[in-house]
Amino acid sequence: MTEQVAVRMSGIVKRFPGVVANDGVNLEIRAGEVHALLGENGAGKSTLSNILTGLYRADDGVVEIAGHRCEFSSPRDALDAGIGMVHQHFRLVPTFTVAENVVLGESDGSLFMNQDQVATRVQELSDRYGLAVDPHARIWQLSVGEQQRVEILKVLYRGAKVLILDEPTAVLTPVEARSLFATLRAMADEGRSVIFISHKLGEVMAVSDRVTVLRGGRTVGTVNTSETSTRGLASLMVGRSVEFERVVRENPADITTTVLRVESVSANDDRGRASLHEVSFTVGRGEIVGVAGVAGNGQRELAEVISGMRASVAGRITVLDDEVKSGKARSAIARGIAHVPEDRLHTGLAAGHSVEDNLALKNYRTAQISRFRLLQRRAIREQASTLVERYDVKTPDTVTPVRLLSGGNVQKVLLAREFSALPSVLIAASPTRGLDVGAIETVRERLVAAADDGVGVLLISEDLDEILSLADRILVMYEGRIVDDLPAQGADRERIGLTMGGSNAKEVAQ
Amino acid sequence: MRSPLRLERRLEQPKWLNWAIPLFSLVAALILGAIVLRLTGKNPVDVYQRIFERGFAGKRVFSDSLVSATPLAFTGLCAAVAFRMGLINVGGEGQLYMGSLGATWVGITFDDVPTGLMIVLMAAAGMLCGGLYAGIVGLLRARFGTNEIITSLMMNYLAGILLTYLVYNSFSYWRDPVSGNFPSPRAITQRAEWNTYTVFGVDLPIAFVMAIAMGFAVWFLYKRTRFGFEVGVIADSPKAARYAGIRTSSTIILVMGLSGAMAGLGGAADVGNFRRYMDPKGLELSGYGYTGIVVAALARLNPVAAVFVALLMGGLNNAGYSLRGPDFPSGLVGTLQGLILFTAVAGEILIKYRIRSNSRRSEVVTA
Repeated sequence: MTEQVAVRMSGIVKRFPGVVANDGVNLEIRAGEVHALLGENGAGKSTLSNILTGLYRADDGVVEIAGHRCEFSSPRDALDAGIGMVHQHFRLVPTFTVAENVVLGESDGSLFMNQDQVATRVQELSDRYGLAVDPHARIWQLSVGEQQRVEILKVLYRGAKVLILDEPTAVLTPVEARSLFATLRAMADEGRSVIFISHKLGEVMAVSDRVTVLRGGRTVGTVNTSETSTRGLASLMVGRSVEFERVVRENPADITTTVLRVESVSANDDRGRASLHEVSFTVGRGEIVGVAGVAGNGQRELAEVISGMRASVAGRITVLDDEVKSGKARSAIARGIAHVPEDRLHTGLAAGHSVEDNLALKNYRTAQISRFRLLQRRAIREQASTLVERYDVKTPDTVTPVRLLSGGNVQKVLLAREFSALPSVLIAASPTRGLDVGAIETVRERLVAAADDGVGVLLISEDLDEILSLADRILVMYEGRIVDDLPAQGADRERIGLTMGGSNAKEVAQ
Repeated sequence: MRSPLRLERRLEQPKWLNWAIPLFSLVAALILGAIVLRLTGKNPVDVYQRIFERGFAGKRVFSDSLVSATPLAFTGLCAAVAFRMGLINVGGEGQLYMGSLGATWVGITFDDVPTGLMIVLMAAAGMLCGGLYAGIVGLLRARFGTNEIITSLMMNYLAGILLTYLVYNSFSYWRDPVSGNFPSPRAITQRAEWNTYTVFGVDLPIAFVMAIAMGFAVWFLYKRTRFGFEVGVIADSPKAARYAGIRTSSTIILVMGLSGAMAGLGGAADVGNFRRYMDPKGLELSGYGYTGIVVAALARLNPVAAVFVALLMGGLNNAGYSLRGPDFPSGLVGTLQGLILFTAVAGEILIKYRIRSNSRRSEVVTA
């Protein structure tokens, strides 16, 4: 072996309560290479890099830096060993200058900093790697791309030999991304190692020398980029498991009746950036439509816009030809849209409130529960006892706060309320995430039963197997757009994996 | 280095803690106060005994304490109403001023109506003015996300300056026209003095009865109505409220308005007592609005309990006034009330968390 090994991680195991995030991961990084770490969300990429940078401690396994076994107990230890991380969310002080941010946290023993000296060094580094940024500018004046350069400079300034970049292109424009790739190349050419974390296949092909693919917390394999293709990577990433079974439906979907119609809807995310671009689709009566995609490609915004929690910028949403008022959850509820949100405990439920209050959270306004604006406690309690029994919620009594229930029972409370409202449309966002096997089974059965009863279900999930086994039709989302629309029956996993990663659906289909 | 003790979140909050912790806080405050007294060379037992005698013992003294307690009951309700939704309204002071301003105007203007109607009109004017004044804070918070702590605090000063200006620095409607070079507030008619009932020899002001009624009304509003349910959900999780289609913005404005109306009613009651005029300097010295926060905290935001905690604080205040002298520093009662707030807030932690020893765990971690 001629290549020098910069980092070797072998047999890394990291457990969190209820999940094994890394289950015997192996990773070898050579000096002078750009090494991509590829995998879906939840594959274990972030955990692995957090172990390498000293944020987490591995439960098992060995980390070697340049041949020496290391054990980091803090990010500082890792930095001292030459490992630096550029996080997805920047850690910069907006009112400080670039130079100040670069030396922030650097303790060289002296009380004062020599602004000019630091600025000169920063300038030197930025010239050398093509990281154009003014050392005297203040962070709040900079664009996101420039801020990222500051993060990189910070790491370089501290003499990092190994740089980890966590989804660095997520915040960049295509032009900025290209210039970033040139920088990464320049650093590798000098003998530094770059670990490039991504789930975008095109970028991985463009910038890396080698690729390690993770899936479900394990290493699937390491390949030379020159010897593989986007197609090959996609199949490694999503796996070829074919053991999933399509659910057999009692009442097949009736797509002649449209229950939900979404017409060129656009919306912004919390920071005001456009995150949904003219999305259009329909859901038929009793149809389960799966939305596949890597998290952060507009799925959350889509669910929120339909359920009235987020105002749309443009477009129209109708349920059985009745329009849903943009940004009005009350209107969405009145039109018969049920919503099982991703964040069950704090969005879908009021965690400190009792089971019975939570079961009444959406119908407390109806005559069934309140008269003359007064709550009928007895009606609330009776409704709760009925639903707790029907949906088999394990709780000591109906006045127990939901935050004390187990994850599966929390979800059951939520489903009980949403399903019992007899909705026309159900938006379910990652409805089985974090649940145990038994609970997953129950939730899936309930979804299918709802569809059998004629509810149009929009199933948003990162679990491709789940979508493939439950959905009638699959929409693929990428960067706020629906890039593919295909029947689930006999769907090609590879095609979905590729389009999720940004490949053009039409080209893939050929 | 780790501290030997750590806080652990309680999974369940036993019901008995709800009254045990405030009581414990009160005792702790008295003990801390005793240490302070000891250090200044006084006999704590003796001092506490005198405070009790002058604040609570006897019909005459208790009647006086009820008068002092009345505005505190209202400002305590003011704080409790807002804090329950997580709105930190520290503007009870200013809202009380505005309430007394409105009530005085009514008292001066309609000087020929019967007393019963007068009380109703003054109370309504006080609530309206206090409510609108607080509503501004609510509106700013709901529309622009302005921090209500800062705006409500600032508006206290604004209201104080306004009242002082109206009485002392201008020839306004609120200034006594015959007072000449020594400005004084204009008194309302004798007939507008609020009734007092005599119960077992104790004088019970009608305003205190109103405070008790308001305490129960607020309790009912928050426990039994749709509005109260919505307030509870917003306090627990704003996201869940949005999800459930609850109109958060208008609820914020309404709750702030209600909170201010409580303080405003306190201001009206203050005008209606035996002195029968709006007293900017007296109000500013009393600091009812700020003491109301202590009342609400010690009552654990329970509106009914707040009224009775106000009685405790009112008694303390009263004792403070009548005992003031060379051997009883005027700051003593304030110090005690400060200590009570301090221990009440500290005690709040013990309701949510419990203290555990840390020694075992740290060994495992380092091993």
